[in-house]
Amino acid sequence: MVNQERRLLPGAGSVMKHRDARRLSLILLFMPLALWIVLLILLPHIGMGILSLREKIGPRQYEFGLANYIAFFQEPIYWHIMARTAVISLLVTVLALIVGFPVSYYIAKIAGPRTRGAMFMFCLIPLWVSDLIRAFGWILLLRETGVISGILQWTGLASAPVELLYNDAAVVVGLVYTVMLFMIVPLTSTLDGMDDAMIEAGYNLGGNGLTVLRRIIIPYAMPGIVSGSIIVFMLTAGSYLTPVLLGGKYSSWFTQTIYDQFITRYNWESGAAFGFLLLFFTSFVVWIGLKLSGQSLSSTVARS
Amino acid sequence: MRNKMPLAGLLAASLLFGMGSAQAETLRLLTWGGYAPDNVIAKFKEKYPDIDVEVTLSNNEEMIAKLRATGGAGFDLAQPSHDRIYAPQLEYNIYKPLDLSKIDTSVMEPKLLEGVRANTTIDGEVYAVPHQWGTSGLMADKSKAPDFKSWGDLCDPKYKGKTSMRLKRTILLGTAFAMGDDPFAAYADLGKYQGILDKVVDKLIACKDVIKAYWKGGDDLSAMMLSGEIVASETWDSTAYKLYGENPNIVFVPPSTGALAWIDTFVIPRKGEADDAAYKWINFVLQPEISKLMSESTGAIVAVKGGKDLLPDALKAAVNAAFTDADIDNLKFFANIPPGVEDMEGKALEKIQAATGG
Repeated sequence: MVNQERRLLPGAGSVMKHRDARRLSLILLFMPLALWIVLLILLPHIGMGILSLREKIGPRQYEFGLANYIAFFQEPIYWHIMARTAVISLLVTVLALIVGFPVSYYIAKIAGPRTRGAMFMFCLIPLWVSDLIRAFGWILLLRETGVISGILQWTGLASAPVELLYNDAAVVVGLVYTVMLFMIVPLTSTLDGMDDAMIEAGYNLGGNGLTVLRRIIIPYAMPGIVSGSIIVFMLTAGSYLTPVLLGGKYSSWFTQTIYDQFITRYNWESGAAFGFLLLFFTSFVVWIGLKLSGQSLSSTVARS
Repeated sequence: MRNKMPLAGLLAASLLFGMGSAQAETLRLLTWGGYAPDNVIAKFKEKYPDIDVEVTLSNNEEMIAKLRATGGAGFDLAQPSHDRIYAPQLEYNIYKPLDLSKIDTSVMEPKLLEGVRANTTIDGEVYAVPHQWGTSGLMADKSKAPDFKSWGDLCDPKYKGKTSMRLKRTILLGTAFAMGDDPFAAYADLGKYQGILDKVVDKLIACKDVIKAYWKGGDDLSAMMLSGEIVASETWDSTAYKLYGENPNIVFVPPSTGALAWIDTFVIPRKGEADDAAYKWINFVLQPEISKLMSESTGAIVAVKGGKDLLPDALKAAVNAAFTDADIDNLKFFANIPPGVEDMEGKALEKIQAATGG
């Protein structure tokens, strides 16, 4: 007995050590993610949440309450802007999908391996410069004395300068351009996994191009479509620079309202509340989208 | 190979640098673009080799937001406008009282010094001294809009699609003056001020149809004006002076009810850590030869005696093309913003921004 125990012990010790080392490396691997979530996402949100629940009564006097949230619903201006933001964001999402789908299909199914790399590259290149520069690019193109207006006059299509900037259409175009890549990447990766034989089978069974697209390709690509749409919608609703720079006197964007609360009105409390409302609202829209398309978060965003 | 280790290299460098400069003081300056030009900093370092100057560029609202976020820490000297000191100090306690004995106030223009002192004294303590001043008003292309002279002209249908403004408090105040009210006098009675604001909001919502777009910064304003897309706009004087240099038809127009004058000041944030360096900087930049460099960089007039004569020649010409002596007498200095007014004005601006017109 004693002998046996002696023989066993050193082995058991090394197993323990092994396990400790594995646990330590697991913890170390997990650390960056945990720190990221706690320090950069959880803590700031808790701070904002507390801030949003403070009611200001006078200089340096605060009380706990929901007044900042109630103010949002009592003032039609705010939910108008929120609704506007949501509608335009949805429009941008749909447009990005319509433009992005053929591109992804081409990259995943039609292009050869070398063209594929090149095409991905072309989609990526615009992301190499910052949002600000891209917005200025659009300003140069669209303004009254800009490139497009100049071409229209030169070709005789327009007799006077045309103003294309400072309206909602300019905002939509700028946003679609900015978010396009985030639609193309998940779509391409989903379509890539599709067996060509399925499409051929569709044709062999007598389907025409439209039927094959509707009954085979789109259902297969649904997870990619939904995950691309979610990312694009969130990015659009939360964007600030593009709507501010390209939008005109009648365009307002909800993030701009939040900025104004914080900076112009010195009203951090309501700014924080508005931030949460935007988060809840966009999450709600995404939830509806998932329900309607019969998908779930784990089958879409998490998969790609 | 060298490119592969920027992070480690930077870390090491900053550690070494941090140790090396442990003796030296750092002056962390929170100010406007152009208010700490490189040549002035170089001269300052020549005189005080043991003080490093670190500049952060900002604007009024963001300066206060930054200081509020930290309770007045992170910077040793800031330069908000004179009307942005009283209320933020009362509400957020972000500034430190100044020790006037450490500042050579004798070189300052007495009228401006007195004005700032009156506006920023709380419980007998003075919180700010003036640095530079300038105005907000209008600019117009004389060849296309020769008789442009009032804030109200921005909304004149004959300039439809050809004017611009910035959707900030200046245009609220200017429009109030143009409608015959005195918003600054009404600051004492917020109920009355709300009445004025409501009228201004209606007027500016009706005006949306006329203007082309709201400008957001000096760059887009300059582009619209120089390209001729607009013929007149609300503007900062320095932007107008710069454009005058490129197209002498574009002049600054003091509105008939008076241009709105601002004074950018020096304040010390409550948790500033280099007060002595801050006082040294204040006294240093108010010297005549430094003031000259400063005006050249900012396009504003330094608040020292005879500050106007220290302007560079090109700027002097632009100022003389814009202002008569009567216009100078007619200046309306921004009055102190009492607590609560920012919120009222912010609300008014939101209403204008959100209005769909028609």
